[in-house]
Amino acid sequence: MEAKFEKLLKILEEDARYSSSDIASMLGESEEKVAELIKEAEKEKIICGYKAIVDWDKVNDIHVTALIELKVIPQKNLGFEEIAENIMQMDEVESVYLMSGGYDLCVTVKGRSFKEVALFVAKRLAVMDNIESTATHFVLRRYKEVGVKLIESDKDDRGTYSF
Amino acid sequence: MINYEEILNSSVVDIKPSGIRKFFDIAEQMENVISLGVGEPDFKTPWHIRQAGIDALEKSKTRYTSNRGLIELRREISSYYKRKLNLDYSPESEVLVTVGGSEAIDLAIRALINEGDEVIIPEPSFVCYVPIVKMAGGVPVIINTKAENEFRLTAEELKGAITEKTKMLILPFPNNPTGAIMEREDLEKIAEILKGTNIIILSDEIYSELTYGNSHTSIAQIGEMQERTVLISGFSKAYSMTGWRLGYILCPAPLCKQMTKIHQFCIMSSPTVSQYAAIEALKNGDDDIASMRAEYDVRRTYVVNEFRKMGLSVFEPKGAFYVFPCIKSSGMTSDEFCERLLKEKKVATVPGNAFGECGEGFIRVSYCNSLGNLKIALSKIKEFLKENKNG
Repeated sequence: MEAKFEKLLKILEEDARYSSSDIASMLGESEEKVAELIKEAEKEKIICGYKAIVDWDKVNDIHVTALIELKVIPQKNLGFEEIAENIMQMDEVESVYLMSGGYDLCVTVKGRSFKEVALFVAKRLAVMDNIESTATHFVLRRYKEVGVKLIESDKDDRGTYSF
Repeated sequence: MINYEEILNSSVVDIKPSGIRKFFDIAEQMENVISLGVGEPDFKTPWHIRQAGIDALEKSKTRYTSNRGLIELRREISSYYKRKLNLDYSPESEVLVTVGGSEAIDLAIRALINEGDEVIIPEPSFVCYVPIVKMAGGVPVIINTKAENEFRLTAEELKGAITEKTKMLILPFPNNPTGAIMEREDLEKIAEILKGTNIIILSDEIYSELTYGNSHTSIAQIGEMQERTVLISGFSKAYSMTGWRLGYILCPAPLCKQMTKIHQFCIMSSPTVSQYAAIEALKNGDDDIASMRAEYDVRRTYVVNEFRKMGLSVFEPKGAFYVFPCIKSSGMTSDEFCERLLKEKKVATVPGNAFGECGEGFIRVSYCNSLGNLKIALSKIKEFLKENKNG
């Protein structure tokens, strides 16, 4: 069952909108069993949510994303946990990762303009306790998002030659 | 004016073009066709293998290689067979690197078949065996494998086909187009009949990495069979390396020597860059195969179950990347079914009879396509069946 469970997660990760009937066919399981497995995964927070991948650039010009590198002074006993938890509470923040390498936290922030995001960093993030420095990088164009190509569709480039 | 018909080689002129061609020609004229027709993996060649090809180009490794293929590659092929199937083949004298499995089939048949020799060919199977045998002056003897036997070759069928003139048995498993496999017990029964004869087995194992459930067994692993087996495989299907054109032959040295002679005069040596990429594939490609196989397996299960839901009878294929459903209940012939499905629903499949007369009433569906495309294609086939329901 373990292998099937992982297969199920991979299928949903590819496209969360497959019907339970389709998934049942793919796994060779009953629809009830599939529903049960999905419910279990949701309950255990293994599946944390379902969202559409939207290319907002095709809709309007008021979507700005920035990637912010934060250097943080870790706290005794808590490390980076407390500050990460504080940052993730902010609505503007889309993701928070603890990183290896040149800086500590990677935060992506969404806003309606460069200025709005820059001010958010200056007024909310940079001033927090234990933040040593910030570096803001604005996203200019998105080519691929969570495995989905935004600028072209995958064309089947195989010719009709093979028997 | 020259009458070319008169001057051309008659055994070449007599060969009919493959039945698949007709459908491909129609498909090529249409846009937005979802192809379940081609026998080619949809995955890209894994990056590290492509990189090895690029490295070879950068280092200007673009000379001819040894006629038999790079010795490093032959060593890797040899150790792969030791590792996977516990078979011993000498890299020096029992391995020949060819331009795809196709050249390997041609070499094996040409090196062994004399005028009038009979070659037993189980069908449905890959389209090239009959024409190559005929061009070599051999006589194809067809065995029609049966759906009720899951398209396996049975000992009785083989026994019934053997005559004094039988020179070779072609064993095309895992099978294109049915997806059938031969398990160890099946092969043991075949071996029992061939023991003590001079019949050579041409075992086309190009799909050997794509089996679902048990791992592949080669007839060469069965007692006394290795000495009479010409084992053919390649990189196209396992590593998604179709365009690199690389396959190989493993067989006893006296046979390999003669095949090498044909190869050296006709081909010289297989593509050098491809050979370097293939070394990388064999050294570090096991995980790629495993992940592609896992993906194929989900698609296979999906397609089989969906066809069954539509009410078509389909046996569970345990190998290759094809499903071979029976469409007799539609009241259409295979040709009619595939042509109309293509024109009306823009889904390309191949009529089963393109792989031998006994494939009539079936269609070959390749699941070398994304789950998303398979879902769309299957729903179109479902519509098509509904619209054409008998009575």
